[in-house]
Amino acid sequence: MMVEIYDGPLDVKAIFSNWLDEGMERNWGAFIPFVGIVREEGGIEALSFDIYEPILNTWFDDWQAKANKRGAILKMAHSRGDVRVHTSSYMSAVFSPKRRVALELIDEFVEDFKANAPIWKYDIINGKRVYAEDRSTPMNGAGLMSKKD
Amino acid sequence: MVRIEFLGPIAKTSIDIEASSLKDVALYLQQDSELSVWLDKLAIAVNDTMVCDLDHILKDGDKISLLPPVCGG
Repeated sequence: MMVEIYDGPLDVKAIFSNWLDEGMERNWGAFIPFVGIVREEGGIEALSFDIYEPILNTWFDDWQAKANKRGAILKMAHSRGDVRVHTSSYMSAVFSPKRRVALELIDEFVEDFKANAPIWKYDIINGKRVYAEDRSTPMNGAGLMSKKD
Repeated sequence: MVRIEFLGPIAKTSIDIEASSLKDVALYLQQDSELSVWLDKLAIAVNDTMVCDLDHILKDGDKISLLPPVCGG
């Protein structure tokens, strides 16, 4: 199961509906979706995203394996390119037989997504694309190239 | 030769260098003044697998990706 990548804002209703339909065909007890929406702040018109898909998919596969071990599955969709304010750039969800596993997993998964998914965010201000450096986090293991030996 | 790719906001085109380990790549990048602000924040992948070992051996044709700080969602 791959990460779903879309150019521009996510069609939240369509994605939610697809995921729900898939889930209802199986015997899940809990379905917890998370929807990230671009807020209007700091004078931004939109956010914009670059994604490095090969490592994103490896990262997601690792998480899917962790979820599967706990009897759950994960879904994820993300935008590439510009996403205007008041629209969505990120959705994820957990399906699980039990609510406790689903609640824990969505928390752990979304936190690690923020820290280690290879996605870069830019603010669009007055038509200019500015890297959101102050909100970005070095990935696990960062700093190797500054070492001398 | 190995290829070094700069991902996300690092505005730099790919370069090919001779390197037998990631240590050689680090020494090369440390000479580049344009990269000095990035170096201590970059994560590294070799052939799309994350690597944390400076002694990682490289072979001809390997792709080294430099990943700056991330922020999805």
